[in-house]
Amino acid sequence: MSSVPRVRVLAFARIAELLGARETSLEVRADARVRDVWAMLVARSPALAAIMPSTRAARNGRIVDFGEPLNDGDEIAFLPPVGGG
Amino acid sequence: MLSIVRERIDPRALEAQVRSDTCGGLVTFLGIVRDRADDGRPVRGLQYESYDEMALAEFEKIAGEARERFGDVRLAAVHRVGELQIGDVAVAVCVAGAHRGEAFAACRYAIDELKRRLPIWKKELYADGGGDWKPNA
Repeated sequence: MSSVPRVRVLAFARIAELLGARETSLEVRADARVRDVWAMLVARSPALAAIMPSTRAARNGRIVDFGEPLNDGDEIAFLPPVGGG
Repeated sequence: MLSIVRERIDPRALEAQVRSDTCGGLVTFLGIVRDRADDGRPVRGLQYESYDEMALAEFEKIAGEARERFGDVRLAAVHRVGELQIGDVAVAVCVAGAHRGEAFAACRYAIDELKRRLPIWKKELYADGGGDWKPNA
């Protein structure tokens, strides 16, 4: 049997502040999707729920839908609206 | 190519990266930390953070688009992260081209797209305390 899939989760800016962490590692179900990772973060920091409409997700550096499936070892990032420059 | 740095930006060094004997025009844009927010509220500085790997890849796409649109231009950019003070250079974009027209146009395109697309975030640090993350309009 393979081990439980784990993903590395990156949070930035306001999301990191609300979560209280910039990086975390989570065990997910084999059929988990990006939205399940987000839900785990919201369970930890309920204030995140309000900013979901403006949050984008990236899987291994590529913007994806919250319905995107996950693989063991993925890097999942949650990005608030950008403000560079 | 984009660099993300924590130290002071040296625009002259960036210009040296894009200079070439085939380029007769070189345009440098500097984004500088100013002393107030768009609504006039005094700020004491800005705090930036970046998703580095994704920002570097996205800038390469922007540079490729600029070459498609404006021809054989050479681009380089630096974005600083961490806590910056008023007057610090937060971002520099340099573009060299055969003539000024394509250099101006490509520099404008690159900074506009950089602000719109790169995963970089800015927090305004207010003079009277506190701060707020500010998305680009």
